[in-house]
Amino acid sequence: MKKRSRRRSFAAGILMGSALILVGTGYAVVSAETTPSPEPAVAAGSLEQLQLGRQLFLEGCSSCHGLQGEGIAADNATGGNGGPSLIGAGEASVDFQVSTGRMPLAVPEAQAPRKDVQYSQAEIAAMAAYVATLGPGPANPTEEQLNLENANIAEGGEIFRTNCTQCHNFAGSGGALTNGQYAPSLMNATPEQIWQAMITGPQQMPVFSNETITDEDKQNLIAYVEALKVEPNPGGLGLGRIGPVAEGLFLWTAGLLSLIAFAVWIGAKVR
Amino acid sequence: MSATVKTAGKTAGWVDDRFTSSNFLKRNIGKVFPEHWSFMLGEIALYSFIVVMLSGVYLTLFFKPSMIELAYNGSYVPLKGVKMTEAYASTLNISFDIRGGLLMRQIHHWSALFFVAAISVHLLRVFFTGAFRKPRELNWVIGVGLLTMALLAGFAGYSLPDDLLSGTGLRIAQGIVLSLPLVGTYLSFFIFGGEFPGTDFISRLYAVHILVVPGLILALLTAHLMMVWYQKHTQFPGLGRTNDNVVGYPLLPIYMAKAGGFFFVVFGVITLISGLVTINPIWLYGPYTPDQVTAGSQPDWYIGWLEGSLRMMPNVEWVIFGYTLSWNILVPAVILPGLVFTVMAIYPWIEQWATGDKREHHLLDRPRNAPVRTSLGAMAVSFYVLLWIGGGNDLIASFFDMSINTITWFLRFAIFLVPPLVFVATKRICLGLQRRDRDKLLHGMETGNILRLPHGEFIEVHAPISDEEKAVLMAKPERTPLTMPEEIDENGVAMPGARGARLRAKLSNFYYADNIPLPTREELEAAEAHLRHEVEQAAPAMEEDRRLIPAHDGSVLHDPAIDK
Ligand code: HEC
Ligand code: HEC
Ligand code: HEM
Repeated sequence: MKKRSRRRSFAAGILMGSALILVGTGYAVVSAETTPSPEPAVAAGSLEQLQLGRQLFLEGCSSCHGLQGEGIAADNATGGNGGPSLIGAGEASVDFQVSTGRMPLAVPEAQAPRKDVQYSQAEIAAMAAYVATLGPGPANPTEEQLNLENANIAEGGEIFRTNCTQCHNFAGSGGALTNGQYAPSLMNATPEQIWQAMITGPQQMPVFSNETITDEDKQNLIAYVEALKVEPNPGGLGLGRIGPVAEGLFLWTAGLLSLIAFAVWIGAKVR
Repeated sequence: MSATVKTAGKTAGWVDDRFTSSNFLKRNIGKVFPEHWSFMLGEIALYSFIVVMLSGVYLTLFFKPSMIELAYNGSYVPLKGVKMTEAYASTLNISFDIRGGLLMRQIHHWSALFFVAAISVHLLRVFFTGAFRKPRELNWVIGVGLLTMALLAGFAGYSLPDDLLSGTGLRIAQGIVLSLPLVGTYLSFFIFGGEFPGTDFISRLYAVHILVVPGLILALLTAHLMMVWYQKHTQFPGLGRTNDNVVGYPLLPIYMAKAGGFFFVVFGVITLISGLVTINPIWLYGPYTPDQVTAGSQPDWYIGWLEGSLRMMPNVEWVIFGYTLSWNILVPAVILPGLVFTVMAIYPWIEQWATGDKREHHLLDRPRNAPVRTSLGAMAVSFYVLLWIGGGNDLIASFFDMSINTITWFLRFAIFLVPPLVFVATKRICLGLQRRDRDKLLHGMETGNILRLPHGEFIEVHAPISDEEKAVLMAKPERTPLTMPEEIDENGVAMPGARGARLRAKLSNFYYADNIPLPTREELEAAEAHLRHEVEQAAPAMEEDRRLIPAHDGSVLHDPAIDK
């Protein structure tokens, strides 16, 4: 009798725990990137690529960013969309915005959310190359820059805690900023996107130039974030890695309620 | 009597030969405890405290309360070589390099959370049932002291490992100390042995956490339990239960067996959760350095209401003669908790004074029968919950896709508007329940059976309520408000002290005036006669009804078994 109810409470613990962690992490889950559509092969930096990029830009982006990428002021009266000037936005910014699905923007919100990617790798590269011709801006990291082989994870953790956790949380789980804006979870960002985010500083995020965080430290930092992604929770369920509030919630729901249920059960038994 | 009691008697004899205390033991082993699940909430607190102590002692074997800086060289790779204090490093060691260490840490921390939560729910039980009334006021005050000490123990423990959240919490605590007018700066220097964070603080905190506060808790706990013992436990009203007796089970063997079993249940649930669910993953937070902060910096749940009050408070500061008075910290972090704990501690006397009720109470109130007290309690709970929400405003903003500013502004108004609404709503519910109780006494229970009488009238059949239930309902105490005293005596001279007495009469009206009175004896007798009549009237038809049993095709058959 006792054994059975113990086991039942064990199962309930796991169940409730997993329900909580589902809730805890669910919001952060963003759909995986779509498979690239068949694409025309264009050589990087070729005239063809620029033409393709310009064409895609005119079709998909110019309605908000202007035919020359000069930007359009939002027209609140007619509800017309606007977008900032992309002159000087640079290759990295376009690549980051489009490869995370933020652009093209679907509905104007407090902040463009990460969502399904609309373009293939080659198309993104083409648009990025085209926008880069509009004015000098940050370039994509090279393969060498993204080589994390010699990175020092512990060092990266220090850089991460000093520069990023105040917005993105200690485990990169994300956090709220003012006025409905937020720093998203970093668990879906690729190393390239992390790099791009640092050098372009989307929205509320500051730009982390070479002076603030050197290339080497960027590598260390990215290696740390990559380690966080795969690091298991040695203590059991992680409750979304969002800190003591989740623990408190778990305590008052699963924890205390199960003890009170036991109290009621024992109280009723002797009657 | 059972063998257990005999054995106990023998033991008592043995002890008696040495301490001549047999009277004491004999009297107490047969002591009776009433039964109700809510009486076990205090036990949950006691048992989790035992678990906290056991696991805490294990941690002291390995924890090093030192702020000496070193480079980490343990087995957790993402922190290898990082500079940190010995306190943090030793907590990492407990987590990753000491056998059973992580489980013990998690048991210690989860059971600490359980401890405070159980105390809180226990306190609510005592409040809503009026168990704090004379002669138990003093034990209520001890309880409030225990709650305070538990919060202190928790906060001190949370700050010991010197991780990023620990340090952030301490920084806030230091800010609160600094905000104290005049003494703030000196006090802060005194506490931290110089500038924050200094190098002394963790070892001082350690003494507080493992010696001073647990010692005080133990002392208060002992006094608390002895008083329960001496004054006997209260009981809910019921058949045969009066203000002068205790109906329940003897301490030995039944109560002891149940209590012992429950200890293992509590221990088991805590251990299970500690084995399955992470708490305070300090390795993710990193070591504390004053130049780092992280999103998700929150205290443990029991400090969350203060975090909330700090987050909600608008940024008001006065500069007087070049001296800054920080209302933005003083109000939410000093004045508010001070007020809350003071009002909580003296509430038994507030109610006594307001109602003029100075009698001894050993029978508990059903919450509905003390509507104003219950509503005040509900109001306080809603106030607390709103503060809680304020403490987690950033997470609520992310989960529900809201703006943190909207939440904060909403709460700034809600904290004044919602509790009064809760008061009104709760009081209505209580009075509604009282009305229903009165109806039950007068008309019996609704059975849900609708009956058509021969002359065509439809009635709902009522059944008399059980004796047990009747005893419970009839135990409702009659409460009459104090009468308004004359303002002037017969000679037209103002009565001394009339103002206070009038206020008191008003308060007592506030507490008692709306109560629904119990039916009078005549009303009850009339009702009983009516009910008997109704039952008799319904009997033949009910009998007929019982004979009819539905067949599979929906038609109705006579039940031959009943016909016989
Ligand atoms: C519906 C309007 C809209 C469309 C369509 C759109 N954008 Fe945007 N874009 C915006 C707005 C608004 C912003 C600024 C706010 C933000 O980043 O959320 C922005 C920001 C950007 C930025 C960042 C600019 C900076 O200085 O940080 C880039 C790069 C960008 N868009 C590229 C594109 C590309 C490439 C496309 C086409 C695939 C595109 N956008 C389509 C509205 C739009
Ligand atoms: C002031 C707050 C702030 C700080 C500090 C900050 N970020 Fe951000 N970060 C943001 C915001 C806001 C966004 C979302 C931008 C958007 O949606 O356009 C963001 C987006 C990102 C993204 C894109 C995530 C995704 O999945 O699309 C990455 C990667 C990122 N940040 C990395 C970092 C790193 C690494 C650091 C530290 C070096 C850092 N951030 C520091 C606010 C911040
Ligand atoms: C005799 C009683 C106690 C002893 C000997 C003790 C001992 C300790 C020690 C050595 C630590 C630091 C090691 C670590 O953090 O892992 C610690 C941490 C802590 N203690 Fe206690 N403690 C006692 C009572 C309490 C009580 C009553 C509470 C709460 C109500 C409490 C709450 C905490 C908390 C929250 C921590 C932080 C745990 C963590 O790191 O996750 N302790 N305790």
